[in-house]
Amino acid sequence: MDMNKYLDAFIDEATQHLQAVNENLLLLEKEPDNVALVQEIFRSAHTLKGMAATMGFEDVADLTHHLENVLDQVRNGQLQVNTPMLDTLFSAVDTLEQMIEAIMKQEESGANPGQIISALSRILDRGGAKDDPEQLGNEEKSLPLESSTILQAVDEFVLTVLTQSEEAGFHIYYIQVILDQGCLLKAARAYMVFQLLEREGEIIQSHPPVQEIEEEAFDFSFQLLYVTKQPMEYIQQIILKVSEIEQVEIFPISVDELKHSQGQKKMSATEEVAAGKEAPASEAPRQSSRSNTPSTGAGTKRVLNKTIRVNIDRLDALMNLFSELVIDRGRLEKISKELQHQELMDTVEHMSRMSSNLQDLILNMRMVPVEQVFNRFPKMVRSLARELGKEVELIMSGTETELDRTVIDEIGDPLVHLLRNAIDHGLETKEERRRLGKPEQGRIELKAYHSGNHVFIEVKDDGRGIDRDKVLKKAVEREILTWERGQEFTDQDVYQLLFASGFSTAETVSDISGRGVGLDVVKNKIESLGGSVSVQSEPGAGTTFTVQLPLTLSIISALLVKVKHETYAIPLTSIIEVAAVKKGDVRTVQGQKVINFRGKVVPLVSLEEVFEVPGERVDEDVLSIVIVRKGEKLAGLVVDALIGQQEVVLKSLGAYLNQVFAISGATILGDGQVALIIDCNALIK
Amino acid sequence: MQNEQVKLEEKKVVVFRLDKEEYAIEVEQVRSIEPLQPITRVPHTPPFVKGVINLRGVVTPVIDLRRRFNLDETDDTSTTRIIIVVAGEMEVGLIVDAANDVINIPVDGIEPPPEVVGGVMADYVRGVVRLENRLLTLLNLEHVLSHHNQTNKIEETS
Repeated sequence: MDMNKYLDAFIDEATQHLQAVNENLLLLEKEPDNVALVQEIFRSAHTLKGMAATMGFEDVADLTHHLENVLDQVRNGQLQVNTPMLDTLFSAVDTLEQMIEAIMKQEESGANPGQIISALSRILDRGGAKDDPEQLGNEEKSLPLESSTILQAVDEFVLTVLTQSEEAGFHIYYIQVILDQGCLLKAARAYMVFQLLEREGEIIQSHPPVQEIEEEAFDFSFQLLYVTKQPMEYIQQIILKVSEIEQVEIFPISVDELKHSQGQKKMSATEEVAAGKEAPASEAPRQSSRSNTPSTGAGTKRVLNKTIRVNIDRLDALMNLFSELVIDRGRLEKISKELQHQELMDTVEHMSRMSSNLQDLILNMRMVPVEQVFNRFPKMVRSLARELGKEVELIMSGTETELDRTVIDEIGDPLVHLLRNAIDHGLETKEERRRLGKPEQGRIELKAYHSGNHVFIEVKDDGRGIDRDKVLKKAVEREILTWERGQEFTDQDVYQLLFASGFSTAETVSDISGRGVGLDVVKNKIESLGGSVSVQSEPGAGTTFTVQLPLTLSIISALLVKVKHETYAIPLTSIIEVAAVKKGDVRTVQGQKVINFRGKVVPLVSLEEVFEVPGERVDEDVLSIVIVRKGEKLAGLVVDALIGQQEVVLKSLGAYLNQVFAISGATILGDGQVALIIDCNALIK
Repeated sequence: MQNEQVKLEEKKVVVFRLDKEEYAIEVEQVRSIEPLQPITRVPHTPPFVKGVINLRGVVTPVIDLRRRFNLDETDDTSTTRIIIVVAGEMEVGLIVDAANDVINIPVDGIEPPPEVVGGVMADYVRGVVRLENRLLTLLNLEHVLSHHNQTNKIEETS
């Protein structure tokens, strides 16, 4: 078997399992007596062990095995969860993460599993006792394990699939179907059974294999390994509906049982069944109803999705090709509008609709929940808090909020920095908090949510807030501005100073933030993603950093405008409204032209002047104005004509023209010409 | 593998005409030669940056080489071409009066640039090549393109 083919899948899943272990360990720390959590952790570890062993990563399997031993004793009540144990478990997971990472990078891991393994073993020694013999179940009729070749043939991959199904709340059944001796079309009958079963679940494996069954290369019986949410009786009924079937035998089985039946054949058959009984019982707390009857399985939370892993490069390529299509679509729309040919117009309109759907689909395919970034934070916050001797509670919400993969990949580091910042600079020490009458435990909220075409991520702490004077003092020290000037600054202006390069408010440079990166790096990174970051703070009550990010980086809705003969695109996300203003309504305040827009004084920006557009100036009585915003601030962009709204593909101006004032990129119009995209943020001071 | 021998002695260059002189760029640095096409002006860029074109879906900046070299400006003609060159991560188009030749030049025939080369700043020149009855100026493309940043900064601060 070519293992490389499975390596990606292995790494992916291993990472997921480790993440699950991490999360559950964090929960376990809060509820040390929750056996269900231990069970979950055990299951993840167990799957990981199996996977690693199959892939031949013995050291990973070995370490996981030791981890599992400890967990096993915990769930059997022989060991008590305590902080030293959790620390060891956490560092075991850390080591595993390092090992997996090393596998990913195809290099030697610097991790030292030996040390952690002996630490794990010491925990066991302290615990002392051996495994309890598992309890016997007796009301269920026993499974013909010896006679079922299918169960002996199960390999690690099937086991993994089954484990996942089991975790997702599916029942696993072993089904034996015996056909009537007089049956003429055995293959057809088998096919009908397969069909009916496929409707209600998934056939994982069959004996003999499907191909042989199709060729009628079997006697009058076949065996299936089947997962479903339906109760046993129901499955039996639907199979019996097929005629010429003599007998159907169904036994519920569990993954543990399978493993026992495979690996440890010396175990007696009764014990095997017992092991099988034990797993479904522990499954019960996972189900919302806490009911022990398997028939309620249909109501469980997770559904087994059929998914396929696609390399992100392929999706990128698809996206690029699609961008070209969008450009051609624009071109076609233009042509059909000019020609006014009904049939052509209808076709183009249909095509536009289809491609819009297609576009949504492709964009959605690239959407990933922020959870992927967020889920590494709890552990980071925990260790950071311990390092700094602070107590921190991290509350995350909106983890299901989705963002384009390209944005997700980039957003991790800035968020890490904001979190570090909040813990290190934002939160007070325990003593300080006690003195201030705050709870000793600091609180950090990490919140993600959608709004319009943007995703917002907030990092909020309940710490000391931003000390205005301290920031100003620092800024003066760093010669960023003079003290006198600073006095005129609004609070917002002062907060913006935090993002100035080389600025840090930490009194003493700590281990955590003294890494030579300041908030300026965070700001640059986020802005390079087409987003923005802002700060709200209340002295004594805390600080909130809000990061605004675009949903995707590749296609945006824009309003095309003309400035003299040049065409520009204004991102719809920055536009509030389009207005026509009489020339007479334009006022001048301190040399700045302004208009009154819904009771607000809005400064006017002449694109013609800003972009130094050549050509004759045309004086008109009515000005077309596009009202845009940056945060709370508004501005009115004066243009000559509005062409219309269009989906445009964002293209960069290339490495040669990096950073052009007030231009965030370019796009290609229907006629093949390049139009520049206006960066409204740069136009509003 | 036979080329190996040739390479040691000769260099393939694309020859183009600008004003009354002939220039050469190493063929490895040339991606394609395009006919003139509509150019979108990009504000707040140095005067020699003509703008950007749509090069088969890629937005590509275009430089007016005459302005870059402080030569007299002329109208575009039917022979005017855009040579797409690549230097590092940059892909840039150069507007030239005509481009039609790819020739081999002897490597040891490249002489250091004289103090003043027909008005073109010596910094842009890698060397000159004398052929029977032609004189080619071999451009130092990196310098032609990299000076952009300095000029740009001066313009921005002024």
